[in-house]
Amino acid sequence: MATKTVNVSRPYTWQEKFYLFAIVQGLLITLKHFINGFFLRKHNTIMYPEVKREYSNRFRGSHFISVDKNKTENCTACYLCQTVCPAECITIVAGERESSKNPDGVKKEKRPVRFDIDSLRCCFCGFCEEACPKDAIKLSGKYEMAATSRSDTKYDLIYLKREVKGRG
Amino acid sequence: MTLFDFIQMFAKMAVVVGLALSSVPFLVWFERRGSAWMQGRVGPNRVGPFGLLQSVADVLKLFLKESFIPGHVNKFFYLLAPAIALAAPLGALMVIPFGSHAMVMGQKVVLQIAQIDSGLIFLLAFAGLEVYPVILGGWASHNKYTVLGALRGSSQMVSYEIAMGMSILSMLVIYGTFNLQEMVAWQGDSWLGFIPTWGAFINPIGALIFFISIFAETNRLPFDLPEGDAEIVGGYHTEYGAMKFGMFFLAEYVAMVMASALISTLYFGGFNLLPGFGLLVSWVGGYTDGSPDALQNVKAAFEFVSILLKVGFFLFVFVWVRWTLPRFRFDQLMDLGWKVLFPLSFVNLLVVIFMSYFFVS
Repeated sequence: MATKTVNVSRPYTWQEKFYLFAIVQGLLITLKHFINGFFLRKHNTIMYPEVKREYSNRFRGSHFISVDKNKTENCTACYLCQTVCPAECITIVAGERESSKNPDGVKKEKRPVRFDIDSLRCCFCGFCEEACPKDAIKLSGKYEMAATSRSDTKYDLIYLKREVKGRG
Repeated sequence: MTLFDFIQMFAKMAVVVGLALSSVPFLVWFERRGSAWMQGRVGPNRVGPFGLLQSVADVLKLFLKESFIPGHVNKFFYLLAPAIALAAPLGALMVIPFGSHAMVMGQKVVLQIAQIDSGLIFLLAFAGLEVYPVILGGWASHNKYTVLGALRGSSQMVSYEIAMGMSILSMLVIYGTFNLQEMVAWQGDSWLGFIPTWGAFINPIGALIFFISIFAETNRLPFDLPEGDAEIVGGYHTEYGAMKFGMFFLAEYVAMVMASALISTLYFGGFNLLPGFGLLVSWVGGYTDGSPDALQNVKAAFEFVSILLKVGFFLFVFVWVRWTLPRFRFDQLMDLGWKVLFPLSFVNLLVVIFMSYFFVS
């Protein structure tokens, strides 16, 4: 389809050509905002370290592994999360749980000896959470994941089993 | 020159230079906090009370930085440019009267540093010097961005200087003097008892043109073409770092103070008392011993406050306009300067000449 160009002449009125009226209008708008900020202390800034932004419940932040009432992790080292992970950041070493430490019996015979997540590789897609048949690995709402050393960014089982309330 | 003359001259210089320089950190703070308020933000509020020490911290950082000179620059002019940038507006401030006169130990102290009859010429000469740091800094830096910024800046400043000169010329016709003290005295009258005979009321078009061109002279938005983050990086001071950049930065704000002082002196009654201040003077004067010297000192103090308030208002307008208007494109800037302001100021000058010929004399 050929483009049809329609030229509409919209001549400026002399007030528009003069330009100063528009400037005064603009100045009044900024003055209004200035008064709002200066006298009424209105602002839209979230004062970050003191006030934190509320994210939705579906936000995907730092990982954790849910535990049962005996503080035993729900993970059974089935490798599903490691397989589905597109960033390949999960490394699991499976082992057998000692029968004395396993009151749940056959339900939790298998356990992860190591469960490492390289958070620098993780892309927080949430596939591991979806793949997990035991609802063991989850993504919390924690978003402050800065660390002072590279080794701190590799989450081990002890860190992942931390207590998380709600979505964290 | 007696010791008294020396001391009073030194004191006046300390007051003016001290005020001009020490207002800069506050101005920078106000620029940042003010823009934040206008944009619904908070601005720097961590360092010191209300973030007031933020600019002090910034200057401290600039002082502690390595004073680096690139190898490809013309060293003499490279170092000369920031010095001129700061010296020119400070020199221009020397002739601004900031009060009629005070009486100290029975001697008359005129509250103006350099009492020269051709004060306005002196002022224009020093204001015109402000083009040099832009050209020198840009050219000596030996960099394409700086040269482009310098060319843009200098052509802008030179073309707006014409409109500025024309509007000043129209005021000269009205005042009939080059002496700034006499100009201010001329504006001391009032019509109907309450409208002051300020230059802006007599010659509003001249005041408007002067006001617009002073924005271009001080390189403030909407005419901040010498710098351009998008196309020419920092403009003429791209190659400057540490305190040499700090001096350019300082000079921009001192030039703002100078421009505000200039427009309040020429068009807004200078140190003449603001409406309503006369009552304050007589009220405070009632608490003195009633001698004419004491009354004069009280009056001088309030005159000083008046010009400070006027300068403060124009500094606020500088910041206010900066955070309201977008910048001009360069051809639009030149169009406005040469095709609008120059003819308008010329016609205005002719009208003023005819009016003063037929109605005043």
